[in-house]
Amino acid sequence: MGKIEEYTVKRDADRTDLKLNMGPQHPATHGVLRLELDLDGEIIRKCTPHIGYLHRGTEKLGEDRTYISALPLTDRLDYIASMNNNIGYCVAVEKLFGIEAPERAKYIRTMCAELGRISSHLLWLATHALDIGAMTVFLYAFRERAMIMEMFEKLTGARLTVSYPRIGGVRNDVTQEFIDRAHAFADEFPTHMEEYETLIDQNRIWLKRTKGIGIITADEAINWGLSGPMIRGSGIAYDIRKHEPYDAYKDVEFEVPIGTEGDVYDRYRVRMIELRQSALIIKQCVEKLPRGAILDPNAPKFTLPPKERVMTDMESLIHQFVLITKGPMTAQEGEVYVATELPKGEFGYYFVSDGSGKPYRMRLRAPSFVHASVLPLMCEGGLIADVIANIGTLDIVLGECDR
Amino acid sequence: MEQYSAAEKIYELFSEKALALGIPEPVLVIAAYAIPCLVVINLIQGAAGMLTYAERKISADIQNRIGANRVGPFGLIQFLADGVKLFLKEDIIPDAADRKLFKLAPYIVLSSTVLAAIVVPFGGSFIVADLNIGLIFIIVVSSLLVVGFLMSGWASNNKWALLGGIRSAAQIISYEIPTALSLLCIVLITGTFSLQETVMSQGLWPWQWFIFHNPFSFVAFFIFFVSALAEMNRTPFDFPEAESELVSGYNVEYSGMRFSIFFIAEYGSIFIISGLAAAVFLGGGNIGLDPYESPLHMQLLMVGVFFAKTVPLCLVIIWVRWSMPRLRIDQMLTMCWKYFIPIAFACLVATAIWLLVFNGNGIFWRMPAP
Amino acid sequence: MPTEYLPIVIFMLVATAFGLGSLMVGIIFRPHRPYAEKLIPYESGNIPVGETRSRFHIHFYIIAMLFLVFDVEAVFMYPWAVVFDKIGLYAYIEMILFILILTVGYIYAWKKDAFKWD
Repeated sequence: MGKIEEYTVKRDADRTDLKLNMGPQHPATHGVLRLELDLDGEIIRKCTPHIGYLHRGTEKLGEDRTYISALPLTDRLDYIASMNNNIGYCVAVEKLFGIEAPERAKYIRTMCAELGRISSHLLWLATHALDIGAMTVFLYAFRERAMIMEMFEKLTGARLTVSYPRIGGVRNDVTQEFIDRAHAFADEFPTHMEEYETLIDQNRIWLKRTKGIGIITADEAINWGLSGPMIRGSGIAYDIRKHEPYDAYKDVEFEVPIGTEGDVYDRYRVRMIELRQSALIIKQCVEKLPRGAILDPNAPKFTLPPKERVMTDMESLIHQFVLITKGPMTAQEGEVYVATELPKGEFGYYFVSDGSGKPYRMRLRAPSFVHASVLPLMCEGGLIADVIANIGTLDIVLGECDR
Repeated sequence: MEQYSAAEKIYELFSEKALALGIPEPVLVIAAYAIPCLVVINLIQGAAGMLTYAERKISADIQNRIGANRVGPFGLIQFLADGVKLFLKEDIIPDAADRKLFKLAPYIVLSSTVLAAIVVPFGGSFIVADLNIGLIFIIVVSSLLVVGFLMSGWASNNKWALLGGIRSAAQIISYEIPTALSLLCIVLITGTFSLQETVMSQGLWPWQWFIFHNPFSFVAFFIFFVSALAEMNRTPFDFPEAESELVSGYNVEYSGMRFSIFFIAEYGSIFIISGLAAAVFLGGGNIGLDPYESPLHMQLLMVGVFFAKTVPLCLVIIWVRWSMPRLRIDQMLTMCWKYFIPIAFACLVATAIWLLVFNGNGIFWRMPAP
Repeated sequence: MPTEYLPIVIFMLVATAFGLGSLMVGIIFRPHRPYAEKLIPYESGNIPVGETRSRFHIHFYIIAMLFLVFDVEAVFMYPWAVVFDKIGLYAYIEMILFILILTVGYIYAWKKDAFKWD
């Protein structure tokens, strides 16, 4: 008798019927995340995330480039919200150099960052809904995302990898047309939000698929180092825009939405409210936009002079030569860590400077990396379909996760 | 009342001439039956093609897109272009696959789908064979689908396909019970399994349809429709395919023509199930005339009426796909076992009570005098 | 009349012929260039690990068994439904008893969590 019981227990403990690789080539793993699933029928017994398929050595590349030329690298981290990456980078480097962008540039940056946040959240909504099977939300969200892309194109010349902010300001001033479009967009965006919500917000199937799935308690969220909508969904109002405001966030009013249950549905609601708040911030930025310079007076030390000046003006030529070969040389020795609130969560830039034009060490704290590690906690014991919902709710971008 | 099937009519038309020419009778009989068979199979394939087009256009409309518009006027022959493309695609059979089962599976799926079309009354006397076990026949052949799906999933030697195959087995067999029970509600009323007779005992006007026969047949219609969605693997029950979960499910290893056979079967079954729902619950092609005695133009009108009921049902099925998220496999099975089956049983019992109490009459529907 | 069932045979033949025909004719046109990597089963870009044809979860078997019970029950109901209007009340009481017995089994299965997924 005892023997049989022992055997049964042992069989159940190491019971995996099927080992399954989900990803890197899988439609729902948002890029090249690979999950090794140990399945018992449809139930996940063990889930092991594997990352690194998109590793490009951004941190090391950054150490080999001047502060100026490392900026476009940050576009490729979270390529869904490259504007926010750029801004975070510039804020961090500005702190290292002890300069600050002028007010107008700060407002422009805030406005662009919120546009980037809307675009990123829209892509999240689109893919999350698509993964759960609501295919129509996908194209609705992409319609509005295209509007933002077009605005970015008008402003920066690029749709996805914008490289728009500069150390000590922004590259070019906004036009009146851009401001009008941003304002109009912020005005009409809530009506589009209602369209998405009509499709899924009260949909019984959507509620069944998201409520009570992938629960993360507040304690767990803190212990796993979550940030952004992930931690706010668990009921902790942690938002760097409020706690350590950078750019113009201290001058604009917005709410930080939090969830109660910490499940997929709460995180969905949190992001939906954030979308509305972002639209409000854009509106405030447009209304409060001050006049003035868009670059710090010290900016020539960090910004390449225009091409025609380089060709005609000796000083500019020397200036450009130094900036290209050695980089801005005025950094103090020491280290600096600046975190900004990206759509995905807390994105931190950590620089160690030895006073030269290149960082001695560049370290990136990527929210997607941290969030991917919480997947086993959310998935184990659930079904395959829940894995998909959980990956969607994490809103990870592997470009940033693998760096 | 003498009833002729289309085949018998063809036989009558040509028998004298053909026998005079010296063609033996068995050949003639087979030929007479083969003609409507070929027509119906082509009809189903055409319907499947048009439904893929409809699906693309409707989804495009729902999603603010344009949809197929390059091949032919309004992209109307896009499905032919797709067919040609799939026709020219390499046929890949994975190394570790069970080759025999892998090759056999699409045929089983396709034949189980088109076989159901035999007993679907297309209005008038246009029915391939008015079997007196029509409804049972449809239930039987549609459960053959399970074998095909399971076979394809198992033979592919692919984990996604296997999961898809098992899912489809669990799903289709579960939902077969409410489907059958909801159809039985109507059999109780008519006392026959013949689909043609079921259609004939209804009428032109909505209050003469069985969906409005009594409150329980109204419920039965929706149970039938939703269960049929599940049996066809359509969203919100498309677990065997579930492209975001199982990549493409049971057909993930299939390519080219073999893949397109699965596709034709899927869209063909949408048409057939809609046709069945129209015939059993919505009066089919009945316009209040005897389908066997009416002149040809009235019979064609009946076919038109049948299609006028079937096509909107097809469109609803497509509409549902583009508006609904996907359920989860356990929720889907729970829904079937905890809600649909008890409700279907309750409908059956309640319909029986209704018939006993009201002497076989419905709210508006009157039992035909014997 | 057996000729009624002739269409079934013809249909199966035609359906198979359609499938076979399209595949056979396609051989002339379509390429055939297999190589080892192409013939690996798809597993999200990885080389497949472990055994594919492994055990299934017990729940699928439970569902199959439940299906068997209820489908056989439905089979009993088919003839009952056809003759219902001829036999009337007697048939009704008989079937109610039958369904009641099955309901007991149904409740038992429910209480035993046969419909639950864990």
